[in-house]
Amino acid sequence: MATITEKQRSFGILNKLSHVALVVWAILIIYPLIFTFLAAFKSNTEIFVGNPFALPSNYDWSSFARAWNEAHIGRYFTNSVIVVLFSTAGTMLLGAMAAYVLARYEFIGNRFIYFLFIAGLAFPVFLTLTPLYLVVEQLGLLGTHFGLILVYIAYSLPFTIFFLTAFFKTLPNAVAEAAMIDGASHTRLFFRVMMPMAKPGLVSITIFNIIGQWNQYVLPVSLLPGGEEGEKKWLLTQGIAAISTSAGYQADWPALFAALSIAIIPMIIVYTIFQRQIQSGLTAGAVK
Amino acid sequence: MRQGKYPFVIGFLLAPVVLYSVFVLWPIFGAAQVSTMNWSGLSPKRDFVGLDNFSKLLADDKVWLAAKHHVFLLVTLPVITIALALFFAFLLNMGGGTRGGVMTGVWGSKFYRVVFFLPQVLAVVIVGVIFGRVYAPDGSGILNRFLHVFGVKDVYWMADYGLWAILGVLVWQAVGFYVVLFAAGMSSIPGEIYEAAVMDGASRITIFFRVTIPMLKETVKVAWVYLGILAMDAFALVMVLTIDQGGPDGATSVLPVQIYQAGILKSQYGYASALGVALAVFTIIFAVLSLRGGKRDAIEH
Repeated sequence: MATITEKQRSFGILNKLSHVALVVWAILIIYPLIFTFLAAFKSNTEIFVGNPFALPSNYDWSSFARAWNEAHIGRYFTNSVIVVLFSTAGTMLLGAMAAYVLARYEFIGNRFIYFLFIAGLAFPVFLTLTPLYLVVEQLGLLGTHFGLILVYIAYSLPFTIFFLTAFFKTLPNAVAEAAMIDGASHTRLFFRVMMPMAKPGLVSITIFNIIGQWNQYVLPVSLLPGGEEGEKKWLLTQGIAAISTSAGYQADWPALFAALSIAIIPMIIVYTIFQRQIQSGLTAGAVK
Repeated sequence: MRQGKYPFVIGFLLAPVVLYSVFVLWPIFGAAQVSTMNWSGLSPKRDFVGLDNFSKLLADDKVWLAAKHHVFLLVTLPVITIALALFFAFLLNMGGGTRGGVMTGVWGSKFYRVVFFLPQVLAVVIVGVIFGRVYAPDGSGILNRFLHVFGVKDVYWMADYGLWAILGVLVWQAVGFYVVLFAAGMSSIPGEIYEAAVMDGASRITIFFRVTIPMLKETVKVAWVYLGILAMDAFALVMVLTIDQGGPDGATSVLPVQIYQAGILKSQYGYASALGVALAVFTIIFAVLSLRGGKRDAIEH
């Protein structure tokens, strides 16, 4: 072993270099986010002419108030919360119901229905974008949160069902059988016995759906058109995109950066708390 | 099983199946159907035009330009992202050298894992807006200001290197995900293989290229397909970050943006659906070829 240790020592420089690479990448990740938060306190001149590495000249929170009220970020934020709340809850309820039945009951067409759901993973959303728009329009749901929630649920089902089916299959039969002998109905068995047992899996997929739906952009931008009334329904991502691309708003960049901070800080908090589940959930999804 | 199984099964499946059929399956079939029609939002008239939309698409220079951009991203995005991610994952898992014959990660590897993954949970749109300041064309831009230190003059990133700038953001956001994916793959490689290599006096560089990468082949392939699918998208970044949403002069245009503009903004439903079908066919062919390719020489262990 002694020779190996010496050999390792000769790699000292390489070791330091590789550590530098890690530090550099970490800075590349963190710095733009710190910049965003600091820019919320800067003035337009500081952002547009100043040194981007400078600190704000004074710390004044008024840009957050302007973003929230005048740039309607408060409204967009609330809209996003409402849509994601209902769509994630709906996705988990319907996804768990379907996955449970597909995982634990034998019936004609089981494999076929399962395959139909999984096939949804293969098609890019842009294939369906135009016909989806027409379907939503024909149902009279264009520009409504209700329509968007239904669409979010539908598009989240393949991944959710894929995962939860695998999860429900791993749950032991003994508990289910005991409950059935005690006279529990199928529905009661599902809600009282199986759902609690599946909690770890449900938590992971719930977080995954919250992140995915919160960050969604192409569906809201297509299904919630603008216009004076339409804009009031907008979600956070599309609101921020609209503000950043519209010339008329260029007068208030600090507010835009305040808006960005308002949008990313909740995600960073959720991520920091659940990072273990998020990492394992998302990467497990890739190895399907 | 007991009585009432079928009512229960149907009751539980009804709502998910209906929602999924209306909003996902029906539009998939609808796309194929609408793509054969000349249907614009201005008139309720829809004429069957066969493959006209597709021949129009093949004659459209803008489509070919966008396809070229996808091919560029299809090659560069996976190569750069996978190379960086493999390198970082290796350092995090076994950059710390050997301890009692067992390879350990560098100091602080848990911290790096958390930080690197962070961009993955941020909305692409928001990342795009932030990078607007990174790529600002004057001294107020983060990248230009940094390059001033080396005496480099201001670069017009979005005007002159738009597609490279988009690539940079995609890599920035994706690397962490694949670091975690590869790190998980690396930790599942049996320790004895490494121990044997270390005993034979193999350096870490040799171990990386001769042991780790061959053992991770299947995971890398999955990563390749995922990044390829990402290269077919780039919608949000082009929408918020580029000049004139795909410009200047189409230099950063991508098919999803063209689908959105034709289908949602201009109500050219037939043509937009044909573009959607073309993109889907392109994506599926790519995915099938990538997953098939190299299957024969998979390492068995």
